Amino acid sequence: MSNTQDTWTLAGRTLTSRLIIGTGKYKDAEETRACLAASGAEIVTVALRRVDLKAKDNLLSWIDRGRYTLLPNTAGCYTADDAVRTLRLARELGIADLVKLEVIGDPRTLLPDNEETLKAAKILLDEGFVVLPYCTDDPIVCRKLEAMGCAAVMPLAAPIGSGLGIRNPHNIRLIVEQAKIPVVVDAGVGTASDAAIAMELGCTAVLMNTAVAQAQVPVLMAEAMRDGIIAGRKAYRAGRMPTRIIGSASSPTAGMIE
Amino acid sequence: MSCRRTWRELVLPPVRCTFPPVPTLVLNGEPHPFAPGTTVAALVASLGLDPRQVAVERNREIVPRATYERTELVDGDRLEVVTFVGGG
Repeated sequence: MSNTQDTWTLAGRTLTSRLIIGTGKYKDAEETRACLAASGAEIVTVALRRVDLKAKDNLLSWIDRGRYTLLPNTAGCYTADDAVRTLRLARELGIADLVKLEVIGDPRTLLPDNEETLKAAKILLDEGFVVLPYCTDDPIVCRKLEAMGCAAVMPLAAPIGSGLGIRNPHNIRLIVEQAKIPVVVDAGVGTASDAAIAMELGCTAVLMNTAVAQAQVPVLMAEAMRDGIIAGRKAYRAGRMPTRIIGSASSPTAGMIE
Repeated sequence: MSCRRTWRELVLPPVRCTFPPVPTLVLNGEPHPFAPGTTVAALVASLGLDPRQVAVERNREIVPRATYERTELVDGDRLEVVTFVGGG
């Protein structure tokens, strides 16, 4: 039952780490690099933007692409067309065919627009992309995305950057029960126990950014998340004891001194 | 050939009309004059960018990297030059 055997597979890649981490909102490149290393992640998300001619160094110059698989996202896209356009450009960068599809429906909550997400997923799958869609914690949407051929489903725990933790564990459980592809909880995790709960519910992995980047000591939180995910995963595999509403003594009731 | 009135002349102070007119493209939303015959490869180099670290879209069509050398820019082209940045 060693941890090294507990791998998972995503679109033909065998992965050991169940933490996918974002590269945004850190103080600088050095802090980002330290957090990625501490998290143990093998996949890291990146965004696509116009080049900043004043920027000192490009992310692609310093990130170790031998160690991390880059997962381009479509953050900031509000329509299927924008998301598809963004990911076509990302593919042209020649980094990966693995993409995180995220179509936002509202700037205040950043909640996903499932309708546009389904539309974009169809186009991208037809074009040969390996699609990892971010969606609401809705078992029906997840089922549709899986049926279309997505490589994983990524339901939210709570709104992006909210740190509210898993708002609807029952839905996450339903999604896990029905899915034959990896279920990655994406967005809304605030601290290590949230990540552990996601894993205890049977999720395959957790994707996060803000919870690490905006912690008081990001590198320490990256380690905490790594450990929380490992602990939650082990607890899931171990199978928790049944709950009961009355006590049950841990020590023998016989042999008490008189 | 006459100087065409461009939107730049409407919003910027009047400039002396040159002949032939200086071709200009819209690069990431900003006007960017260029020498006639400039290719995408030359533009990317002139911006100090590593072509392996950018993707280019011209008038909403992706320019494959293999064609940068032979893709000449045309007055009025709208270019998006993008790269990866930190993000979730």
